[in-house]
Amino acid sequence: MRLKISSLLATAALALSACDCCMDECLDASGQGALAAAEAAAAAEACVPGTVADFVDNVGDRVFFDFDRSHVRADGMETLQRQAAWLNTYGNYVVTINGHCDKRGTTEYNLALGERRAHAAKEKLIAAGVDAHRIKVVSYGKNRPIVEQDGSEWAYQQNRVAITVLD
Amino acid sequence: MLKKFMFSLFILLSLTSPSWADLHIDITEGTFKPIEIAITPFDGGGDPALTQIANQISKVISNDLESCGLFKVVNPNAYIQNASEVMSHPRFPDWKILHAEALVGGLVKRRGQNFQVDFRLFDVFTESQLAGLALETEPSNWRRVAHKIADEIYERITGDKGYFDTRIVYVAESGPEMGRKYSLAIMDQDGENHQLISTGNQRVLTPRISPCRTKVAYVDFGANDKTPTLHIYDLATGKSVSLGSVDGQRMSPRFSPKGDHIILSSANKGAASLYKMDLATKKFERLTESTSSIDVSPCYSPDGSQIVYISDRGGKPQIYVRDASGGNERRISFSPGRYDNPVWSPRGDLIAFTRQNGNTFYIGVMRPDGSGERMLDIAYLLEGPTWSPNGRVLMYTCQTSSNAKVKLRSVDIVGFHKRDVNIPGEGSYPTW
Repeated sequence: MRLKISSLLATAALALSACDCCMDECLDASGQGALAAAEAAAAAEACVPGTVADFVDNVGDRVFFDFDRSHVRADGMETLQRQAAWLNTYGNYVVTINGHCDKRGTTEYNLALGERRAHAAKEKLIAAGVDAHRIKVVSYGKNRPIVEQDGSEWAYQQNRVAITVLD
Repeated sequence: MLKKFMFSLFILLSLTSPSWADLHIDITEGTFKPIEIAITPFDGGGDPALTQIANQISKVISNDLESCGLFKVVNPNAYIQNASEVMSHPRFPDWKILHAEALVGGLVKRRGQNFQVDFRLFDVFTESQLAGLALETEPSNWRRVAHKIADEIYERITGDKGYFDTRIVYVAESGPEMGRKYSLAIMDQDGENHQLISTGNQRVLTPRISPCRTKVAYVDFGANDKTPTLHIYDLATGKSVSLGSVDGQRMSPRFSPKGDHIILSSANKGAASLYKMDLATKKFERLTESTSSIDVSPCYSPDGSQIVYISDRGGKPQIYVRDASGGNERRISFSPGRYDNPVWSPRGDLIAFTRQNGNTFYIGVMRPDGSGERMLDIAYLLEGPTWSPNGRVLMYTCQTSSNAKVKLRSVDIVGFHKRDVNIPGEGSYPTW
């Protein structure tokens, strides 16, 4: 069960290197039955540098925004720096940055706001050396939530996001 | 897809001496009392099948007139004459006792394969006939006949064109919030004859119907849900064509008043500008040069001379108006909060909009110079207003709480009469 927690935390993982965190998990998970074995397999994939799981779990695929804003915050900058370093290492990937907004808004304006958020993330990646041609953006506005919006501030935050998806 | 509707129509001569109608509603006034109208169940001349149709026709007429908020139907249990008596010799003094101000009667009879509906509308106080029509058509068209009669009554009493014989396209939604399905759907304005017109496998947003109501422009995210492009759906052929995509994500399409081009917004590099696209030549022309702000949700004035749109150049999204040819740009919204979805009334006199202030949403109207702003509805979520063709009613998306169903609601802009539109599932972004 530690695995789940640590993969959730992975997006917030700061200076932990990929192998420090997941070696632990692999050891921890071994010998705990079938479920644990499956989790171990998933963790093992995350352990393989250069995979989608490595990017999502160890680098962090999402950058969060304040309400109605498209300014990249300090926490988002750190994530994007890690993304850029990773993409500069694994030059075979192209990405699409998906822009999203929480549901407390209108469909039309938020389609444009989602594009502005995704573009803000793209600019930071370019500034950190990623070739602009490797990055597409698409906005879903408020119409494709990432987590169910139960009215909690956490859910709103999860949906004010730009997600870098490896194509 | 469009059902052919052939019918013939002739005027029934007045039974009473001609007079100018005293009975009218001045719907430009801020407050008024609904007109009390008695609608006798139409008579089928003793034929059971015709009687059934006749009764349904009068029910649809009653429902149309009550739905607009300008009429109150007098309780049929109190009626003291039936429809055929009303058609031949209405006893006005008796109807006055019931406080009926207007009185309707109708007869349905066979004409070969077709049937004919005769109806008369009377002003009870002046004891005069305001309208008398005979409509002949195929039996399957009975609903449209009823809507046409309701339109005639509405027009005779309000002086405005009726809107009951019209259809609405909207986005039918189903499934949980995560993994929701969207389809284009079409229905009569009262929710009847409902049909899905796209499969629900692709994300579709913001449909807008063309001025002659034959085409619908909308955003379609494609089979991969990654390629948002503008599409035009032809209601007659049932086919949809993509308008293609180059740089930028195109959104917010709306037809010009002549239907020869669309205006739209294209988001690119963190900004969104307005464009127009000629539908014959596909030529693309930039209307606003935005480098950092979002210009979105454009809509023409009905004469095509001006464009209303949303821009956040001043910080928050606000309503702006400019000449269609460029220039003369001015902001017209100044209340606290943010605005979206401005739509110019077909009468030209008002602009409807969505306003959000904190966690509260409003549907409101203001004059094109920004004066006379008033809110018509307030709820947890409201957006995407559309005008009835006569500019008297708005329909929009409504959700009353975070976990409530997303539905369509309408409001009469004078009587503030609100009602939920009868749709089979959930729905948003109607276009009338």
